[in-house]
Amino acid sequence: MSEVEVLKPGLYTSIQDLGRMQSAVYGVPRSGVMDSLAARKANLLLNNPPDAAVLEITMTGPQLRFHADAQIVVCGATFELKLNDRPLEGSKAYSCVTGDVLTFGGLKRGFRAYLAINGGFRSPEILHSRSQYTGVTPKARIEKGDHLPFVAATTEKNSGARVQFPETGIYKNSIEAFPGPEWDLLEASVREQLTNGSFTLLPTSNRMAIGFKETVVNDLKGITTGPVIPGTVQLTPGGNLIALMRDCQVTGGYPRVLQLNELGICTLAQKRPGEVVGFGLKEYLETSS
Amino acid sequence: MIPQKPKISRLGERAVLLQWDFAINPENLNWLLSVKDFLLQNAIESKVEVISTYNSLLITYLSGIDSVYGDLERLQAVDFSSIPASDLQRKTYYLPVCYDAEFGLDLEELSTTNKLKISEIIELHTRPIYTVYFMGFLPGFLYLGGMDERLRISRKKTPRPSVVKGAVGIAENQTGIYPNSSPAGWQIIGNCPVELFNPQLEIPCPFQAGDQIQFYAVSKAEHQEVQEQIKSGNFQLKTEKR
Repeated sequence: MSEVEVLKPGLYTSIQDLGRMQSAVYGVPRSGVMDSLAARKANLLLNNPPDAAVLEITMTGPQLRFHADAQIVVCGATFELKLNDRPLEGSKAYSCVTGDVLTFGGLKRGFRAYLAINGGFRSPEILHSRSQYTGVTPKARIEKGDHLPFVAATTEKNSGARVQFPETGIYKNSIEAFPGPEWDLLEASVREQLTNGSFTLLPTSNRMAIGFKETVVNDLKGITTGPVIPGTVQLTPGGNLIALMRDCQVTGGYPRVLQLNELGICTLAQKRPGEVVGFGLKEYLETSS
Repeated sequence: MIPQKPKISRLGERAVLLQWDFAINPENLNWLLSVKDFLLQNAIESKVEVISTYNSLLITYLSGIDSVYGDLERLQAVDFSSIPASDLQRKTYYLPVCYDAEFGLDLEELSTTNKLKISEIIELHTRPIYTVYFMGFLPGFLYLGGMDERLRISRKKTPRPSVVKGAVGIAENQTGIYPNSSPAGWQIIGNCPVELFNPQLEIPCPFQAGDQIQFYAVSKAEHQEVQEQIKSGNFQLKTEKR
């Protein structure tokens, strides 16, 4: 197995794939990439399967040294990128050779970027996923000196390839959401606040949950502890909204007032603390047509 | 109880939530788990993950989202009143807990607040047969029902930044075991040396919803002995079929 050496880990960089889908019954969070659209795009540009493991890079990126030839793509947030001294663009496949150093510089747009590598990172699968999570994988994120396994590239296929993707509107400020299980119990005035209000991301936000500064009036009692999933928006007794993200617990006791759709989760994942968003209410379609 | 039709709603693009408003008790849990098995065999055609909680089932579709629509219609058509509570073949497990002061950080507080001797706390905590309702909060954390009301106590005013793996706690009318070192708001009364969650195993937790748990008190020396047996792979969890 070939390796990528972590020279600097960045603020919070972790190996993620599409998550653990069959372990919630044991109380295991799903985990997986926060912005699945960006990660899927990065994998597609390298002809990787969609669930190939990528590096999720948050706000401040890593510095990495390749110990074998590789093809790489960075999608999602826009960082200043350099391979040795050469500037690279996002959403474009590049070939690296042994000894090359990839450096993430300043963050220009968005919050989380995804580095895909040919064939994906090959860290051990635990409970059918490589996604790093405390208590499941040995480490919660990559650390300085780690050697991340991958299978060295043998051809230069795809280098410089571009794929056309539909514009997802990932940088808009409206977060798409369905009514949550307890939506119907809310007063009309509270629903109005949720759909027309502006909400500022708190600095405490992380892969588990994104909280918002503004409060709404909340007369709802807690619910009997029940299922929650990534994208579930809870309303706390203090009137704060908490959008659960990929590393969230599998159950919760606060009313579930909204449920973000996949695009909504990805859009929110690209927001920085302090940014302001609103919720764009969607209805479930009655049929698949 | 009279089996009821649940409220059926969607949760995001890939999941369907079934909710009942019945009371939390072992009989209703048994029926809920029977419904889960029935639906997996009769109403769900796609690859799914189903989790149960106190009064809900969440069906998550692992394949494309199109399969949700067909199943929704089938689920709406299910006659829930005809689903019998079946014999789920669950087990009772016996778990050692050391209530020594070294582990029972809040035994004194519980003793003072609830006006119980420490020996009475141990007696009240080891007497009931607890029911495993589901796992959540942390990987391998069991939601147990059946704690004696006399042990009821509020959470710590200030949560601890960390408690050790195996810490046994009480919060309100619930008791539970921290499967790993974790920040903790529960009142800690002892430690259970048994491994509750091992992600390296295909089935990472020995228990499942519907199982029963009873605690038995062990000394510090016995606690250490169990830890050593677990390390060397010689520990046998005491269990019997119900």
